[in-house]
Amino acid sequence: MSSFSVTEPSPRSKWFAGTLVILYALITMVPLAWIMLTGFKTPPDSISYPPKVFFEPSMEGYVNLFTTRTRVGQEALDALPPPDTWYEEIVRERDMVIAGPSKFGERFLNSVIIGFGSTFLSIVLGTLAAYAFSRFKIPLADDLLFFILSTRMMPPIAVAIPIFLMYRQLGLSDTHLGMILLYTAVNISLAVWLLKGFIDEIPREYEEAALIDGYTRFQAFYKVVLPQAATGIASTAIFCLIFAWNEYAFAVLLTSGTAQTAPPFIPTIIGVGGLDWPAVAAGATIFLLPVMIFTVALRKHLLRGITFGAVRK
Amino acid sequence: MAQIIIKNVRKEFGNFTAVKESSFTIEDGEFFMLLGPSGCGKTTTLRMIAGLELPTSGEIYLDGEEISQRPPSQRDIAFVFQMFALYPHMNVRKNLSYPLVSQGMPRAAVKAKVEEVAGILGIEKILNKPVGGLSGGDRQRVALGRAIVRDPKAFMMDEPLGALDAEFREHMSEELRALHDRMGATTVYVTHDQLEAMQMGDKIVVMNNAVVEQFGTPQEIYDKPATMFVADFIGSPSMNFLRFDGSVAEGAQAVEMNGQSMQVPRQLEGTAGKLVFGVRPEHVTLSDAGDYRGEVLATEYLGTTQIITLDTPNGDLKARVPAGQVATVGEKIGLGFKPDTITLFNENSGRALRSDLNREVLSHG
Repeated sequence: MSSFSVTEPSPRSKWFAGTLVILYALITMVPLAWIMLTGFKTPPDSISYPPKVFFEPSMEGYVNLFTTRTRVGQEALDALPPPDTWYEEIVRERDMVIAGPSKFGERFLNSVIIGFGSTFLSIVLGTLAAYAFSRFKIPLADDLLFFILSTRMMPPIAVAIPIFLMYRQLGLSDTHLGMILLYTAVNISLAVWLLKGFIDEIPREYEEAALIDGYTRFQAFYKVVLPQAATGIASTAIFCLIFAWNEYAFAVLLTSGTAQTAPPFIPTIIGVGGLDWPAVAAGATIFLLPVMIFTVALRKHLLRGITFGAVRK
Repeated sequence: MAQIIIKNVRKEFGNFTAVKESSFTIEDGEFFMLLGPSGCGKTTTLRMIAGLELPTSGEIYLDGEEISQRPPSQRDIAFVFQMFALYPHMNVRKNLSYPLVSQGMPRAAVKAKVEEVAGILGIEKILNKPVGGLSGGDRQRVALGRAIVRDPKAFMMDEPLGALDAEFREHMSEELRALHDRMGATTVYVTHDQLEAMQMGDKIVVMNNAVVEQFGTPQEIYDKPATMFVADFIGSPSMNFLRFDGSVAEGAQAVEMNGQSMQVPRQLEGTAGKLVFGVRPEHVTLSDAGDYRGEVLATEYLGTTQIITLDTPNGDLKARVPAGQVATVGEKIGLGFKPDTITLFNENSGRALRSDLNREVLSHG
């Protein structure tokens, strides 16, 4: 006897949906895979036509990414003692010697500091604000919430010039603090709105029970509400991090040295000794990793989080 | 354990008045019911006693101490929520320990106390389970356990059986009452179910539209209603109201209704105008004699008794009579009323007229 269910998909439709998703995933993964592969090609391989899918892997791109090199003449090269590290050997083959480390490490660290710093700050401020909006009677709460949302109605880059001038005046240009504040300002409205939705869903009774059980309101907040909001906090954090991590326009405009993040730095690699695509690809690959790791680490929360708590009751 | 005095308590939410000046006293060890339809202010009153809401004005005394403006953590009152509000990220044991940990109780003592409470409630076996998978009854027991674990001065319960299914409610209400009798703790219990209030309560406060309508024992509330609202709200079917125009004199023992003299308890106040003759269904007798007659509209068989709906000159009336009594639809039957159970009301004010029946009850209402 065959039965028909409205809610339970049939095995055939499940199979169909699964195939479709895998197919879509494969298509979207091609550029990613290409970047990762290019990172392990030699420069000639990277620009060969037709493109090489099978090739002899080389670490040259990564070595070039992390070092600066100078070209030396054949006599000088022969006069040098034999290379004592594998990466020096790679460089020597191109008639160069390592002059020192490149700035990529520093820039990457800047990205980490600024990306995670602003995410952390957005989440802390956003959670507190969302909790207040959710639980307390705030005069003009709706108007304030609208104001917070309205800060995102204009593309942030539209105010780039005023911010540029302001930052120069305040001495915030090219500082970690300046970039953290900027990204936090952009992310905070998203954080407040997303988190308010999550906190609204947490029944007040939990906190009230904690108040009755002898805890202060703040204790009730961080011991009872925060664990409940973990899903929302995790998914909001991912959204904030992705924005701050990938942001390019402000980073180009406001940072050039000490606080420069990886996105404006990676393209500058192109200029060193010709079009060094493997190095660029290596930089992009490394740059992708933190968000990927962060997302995978929080994926359990994220999956439930993007349904905006609709399932949890 | 404690006595709770509510004195002129009022609560406003913006323009909305949730509770108008209310006063009543909950004696030490009482199982006290706050009864009323939804939105009547009973839950707000409970929350004010617990400290989850602060009264706009008025005083609340717990054991003689004024506590109305104190945070809940400084009142030593436990609260059982309707939806249980067990901490979902903790297991049963942690839920029970939580109120003790906040007091800084040493770990060994917490463990011992939790085991003791688990023993009382019969939940030893589920102590290490997460609260998510528990049945309604077990959740209820854990919620109760969290309340009793720190020996508070009083318990507040907000419709604690409301989330349970009907079959289990009965069982749980017995369990609750037994628990109360064993511990002897002052308990304030909010419900909209008059049966539950009558069954479990030592005393009942009936609230309606932010006002305390009546406060007394279940018997007083049932037999001597202070207002038409109470008379109507309590009892199933509720009290019959026979409306008539007439007058009643102070000291009178009968009123004239439709040209017939009806015996009533001796009246202590006189009035005239629109009056209501209130009689409970079980205080109506059917007989072939009797000058006051009604036509049978419907009969409802309930096993040991039956409810007979009659059309009388003063409106519909329900009588609860033995199941064996024969009454056929369309038949005209003579009606008798037990005189000492009758309450007369003034229809305009909705209040009961004072009489020998309800003199003690009305004096403190």
